[in-house]
Amino acid sequence: MPDKRLLILAALAAVVAVAFMTVGLRGNIAFALELRAVRLVTLIQVGVAIAISTVVFQTVTANRVLTPQIMGLDALYLFGQMALVLTLGSVGYVALDPRLKFAGEAGLMMAMALVLFLPMLRRRFDIGLLLLTGVVLGVLFRSLAMLIARLIDPNEFAVVQGSSFADFNTVRPDLVVIGLAVTTVAAVIIWRLRHLLDIVALGADSATGLGVDWTKALAGLLLLVAALVAVSTALVGPVTFFGLLVVALAERIVDSRRHRLLLPAAMLTAVIVLLGGQMVLQHVLGGAATLGVVIEFVGGLVFLAMLITTSKL
Amino acid sequence: MIEIKNVSLRLGDTQILQDVSLTMPKGGVTALVGPNGAGKSSLLSLIARLRPLQSGSISVDGLPVDTTPSRQLAKTLAILRQDPAVASRLKVRELVGFGRFPHQRGRIDANDLLLIEAALQQFGLMELADRFLDNLSGGQRQRAMVAMAFCQGTDYMLLDEPLNNLDMLFARQLMRDLRAAADNDRRTVIVVLHDINHAAVYADRIVAMKAGRIVADGAPAEVLQPDVLAQVFGYDMNVIDVGGAPLVLHHR
Repeated sequence: MPDKRLLILAALAAVVAVAFMTVGLRGNIAFALELRAVRLVTLIQVGVAIAISTVVFQTVTANRVLTPQIMGLDALYLFGQMALVLTLGSVGYVALDPRLKFAGEAGLMMAMALVLFLPMLRRRFDIGLLLLTGVVLGVLFRSLAMLIARLIDPNEFAVVQGSSFADFNTVRPDLVVIGLAVTTVAAVIIWRLRHLLDIVALGADSATGLGVDWTKALAGLLLLVAALVAVSTALVGPVTFFGLLVVALAERIVDSRRHRLLLPAAMLTAVIVLLGGQMVLQHVLGGAATLGVVIEFVGGLVFLAMLITTSKL
Repeated sequence: MIEIKNVSLRLGDTQILQDVSLTMPKGGVTALVGPNGAGKSSLLSLIARLRPLQSGSISVDGLPVDTTPSRQLAKTLAILRQDPAVASRLKVRELVGFGRFPHQRGRIDANDLLLIEAALQQFGLMELADRFLDNLSGGQRQRAMVAMAFCQGTDYMLLDEPLNNLDMLFARQLMRDLRAAADNDRRTVIVVLHDINHAAVYADRIVAMKAGRIVADGAPAEVLQPDVLAQVFGYDMNVIDVGGAPLVLHHR
């Protein structure tokens, strides 16, 4: 028996998806449809990856204002782009095999996420220490990126600047298939672990008492989170607050932290926000703003509102 | 049977437990008493494999706690910690249902539903069953946690200061429930208590600890003697006899 609120969300997501494919269609219809289909799949896949990775990360850290991206991963991504331009030059950067670049970026970010999250495998990890490490590493990579920005040619800087903001516009058909595969596998695994996630949310002691092998469960979950974050960042660039926004919305909608409700609700909310936002920007505002910037702005406001209104995080 | 052999625990420079050996046969209520920092909670955590064992060995029903798969132990042993962190936006009924997780991995069947309802009934949680945990008082939440531990349906139950935050009515009720679980269901209950008079009335055996060692062990009438109590808690208190059970006047 599916939940009524989930059905409404699913219907809404379907309507938005159909509208995304059909609104304002003109010119060569077959070509436009194909282009839009690839973009649709990209956006859905990225939305799902960010939504479920945020839910799992919040459950594991027992904290509702954290997203895995806050941990400095976006800064690492930016630094990686700058370093590539510095070593290869803008021509080499653009000519780089996108699949190779994607694999390298994803691998690097997973490695960094694991190093960062490793202390969490010990029972009594310190959330303050974890955050501080993330912020410090973020500052380090951002400063290094800025240093490189000063060293390189202004024209080359312009090339790399494009990838410093989340870009939901550029279609990457070559990468969509890889990203889709990773996201689908991770989503299926996480869905099958939904009951375990409910137990993990109780904390290390209670979960162990209920028969969860804490270290093993956490290592597996964090690896999944790292893979999802790496894939979504490599596909559209850094997004910090989007996950927070959709998970907070989804939690209000289903009014529960039970994962069998929260996971699908967060995924559907993410799809609705991404597709709907992209459509409104494109057709109503005539592409006057970048979706990534708007989402980060709104998400940042939600983050601040949650900090101010929630006494207990 | 729980067998603890030569267990020591060191955290940094502090020796928490020193060469503790203890055997608890199946059945009955055992109370662990002692001043703050005596190592009672640490001992309980070690038995429940919440902390890695540093030296010595512990087995529950012949299962060594450090090598037995966690899930298998969860069907034998339930643990209730002091003020456990509680996830938000979770209903009391859902939390109590989590007690069935070791058996069903999340799939709740008709039998589980009966057990959950019975646990809710037993701990006076029927009216609160659909309330969210973050809207409850500390005592109500504590009752929900105890109900979850009962719902786990294990032969062994470890409870770390379960009377925290409970009013007198529910404290007495919980102790009676623990007694009934031992008498009627042949469960083995090990409970850390600060109220020594609850231990006097409801426990079969009292184990007194101080500074990481066991200093007294026996039936309530043997342990609750003025000289033993002074040695454990560091001040003199009177013990009077009320209807055959010792009553410790520890507050005067």
